[in-house]
Amino acid sequence: MEVLVCARRVPDTSENEIQINSAGNDIEREDLVYSINEADNYAVEEALQIVNRVGGNVTVVSVGSDEDEEILRREMAMGANQGVLLTDDAFVGSDGRGIAAILKAFVQQASYDLILTGVQAESGGAQVGGMVAAMLDWPFASLVNSIEVVDRRKLKITREIEGGNKEISEMDLPCVLSIQTGINEPRYVGMRGIRAVASLPVPTYSASALRLDPATVGAAGAKVKRVDYFVPVLGKSAEMLTGSREENVAKVLELVAAKGGLK
Amino acid sequence: MARIFAYIVHKSGVIDDSAVELAAAARKIDPAISPVALVTGHGAGFDAVCAALGNTYGEIWAVSNQALAYPNAELIRKALVKIVWPGSIVLVAHEHFGIDLAPGLSVKLNSSYVPDVLGIEGLEGSALKLVRQEFGGMVSTHVRCDISSGAVLTIRPGAFKPLDTAPARGTVIDKSAEVDALTAGRRYLHTVAPETGAVDITKHAVLVSIGRGIQEKDNVPIAEELAAELGAAVSCSRPVVDAKWLEKSRQVGSSGKTVKPKVYLACGISGSFQHLAGLKGNPFIIAINKNPKAPIFQIADIGIVDDMLEFLPEMTAKVREMHSVTAK
Repeated sequence: MEVLVCARRVPDTSENEIQINSAGNDIEREDLVYSINEADNYAVEEALQIVNRVGGNVTVVSVGSDEDEEILRREMAMGANQGVLLTDDAFVGSDGRGIAAILKAFVQQASYDLILTGVQAESGGAQVGGMVAAMLDWPFASLVNSIEVVDRRKLKITREIEGGNKEISEMDLPCVLSIQTGINEPRYVGMRGIRAVASLPVPTYSASALRLDPATVGAAGAKVKRVDYFVPVLGKSAEMLTGSREENVAKVLELVAAKGGLK
Repeated sequence: MARIFAYIVHKSGVIDDSAVELAAAARKIDPAISPVALVTGHGAGFDAVCAALGNTYGEIWAVSNQALAYPNAELIRKALVKIVWPGSIVLVAHEHFGIDLAPGLSVKLNSSYVPDVLGIEGLEGSALKLVRQEFGGMVSTHVRCDISSGAVLTIRPGAFKPLDTAPARGTVIDKSAEVDALTAGRRYLHTVAPETGAVDITKHAVLVSIGRGIQEKDNVPIAEELAAELGAAVSCSRPVVDAKWLEKSRQVGSSGKTVKPKVYLACGISGSFQHLAGLKGNPFIIAINKNPKAPIFQIADIGIVDDMLEFLPEMTAKVREMHSVTAK
């Protein structure tokens, strides 16, 4: 089975405090630690486990810039057979639809049986996989947390729906799945593994190589544009305790007792 | 703008809460337009669902089709593409079904798509100005969406308060004849209910809930010891389950359990909307987080910027000290 995984390099929220820059048009990107989007890493691990069971190859693709090559190499170190970077100045400023159009153009140049994406990235869109599937007229399922290959022609998949319920469906191949975090335990990648793939080529594709009209992608083609960033004000905001740790501990216990009935 | 539609989710004859929220969101886009409910289904109870929507919507476009007895997003997309007017705005709740349906629907309607909308600031010419969040709610953004060829928007559950208006006395319009036989490459088989864990977190008055801030499995006893002293249970957010540090039955959130404690100690939990969706009954929330910008501080009652791995053991020690004093 030929499996394509769409991945993205994102600021790692567990390593960074996300701040808005002084102009309010972006987050502060100086000194940010980047990594592969967490859900995408689960998707790559799942792809590796599938080809381990039924044979085939795993390709990891990303739409981005030269800097994004590092996550492709990381996933190659995990075991992906190939990394591919779709990069062009014309791609900058793409909305979700634009990213999906770029990925669709790449998919049409090759022959894949299965496309996996992470369920969502840092912008919380959860949109690209479903769009690529619709553009290709392939079946799609989101929030997938289990995949079983049946007779090499079909999949039996589980979606995580409300309240911990699992929705089981059968799907025809080729199809697109968005992978939920927790589906597997992604393998560890050490420095040694990354060094081992450091000299392998990572092919790049431009807009013209993908036969894309630059006017349909990037900022030129985007119908959805971010105007600014701001600090959300959602709720009442907490009363912040600013005492010593000892004072705060005492206050919290007092409140737990009063509000919750501590014996 | 041709029309504003709201796709209605219902289950076992019960209309989802999002139905009234989508109606409120539609009025924010254009108060002059009466939104139309789109509803699909089949069998017992479907007529009652359609009729009940008349309390909220002036018009209900209903598609009854045997293939739509279970909500399969691919089939429903094919049905909607046949009946929705080109250039319309379609609203869908941003939950597991909306995420399945809406991105592909926008492609097939050739309209713009904005996911997980929290706020609608109104029309600016042919653009709609919307509010979203990124980075798990740590920052918000304004987004401008070109609606000249229509738009599909998914609306965050709970973000729009239902309007306090008189019943709409809407009429149901049967659109079933416009949709013929439907087939899909994805076929629903069955649903598996969640396993019940050893501890039922829905039954506890006090929850010590842990998130990514617990850092590693070996630290979980820090929360368990405090919970034992308080007579509380340990619950968690998604990353803790993803890492296999606690069972799925301990997870609070839209894909986990819905809990109604009196006190919720959110420890090292950032506070994503999916997590908060599992927290009902207006509990007293005490948040402990190293990151002063964690979204949990916006909804908590009490906030403490501190390392939970140091704060919780001190709480445990203090409760033990109090207990031993009482014992003497």
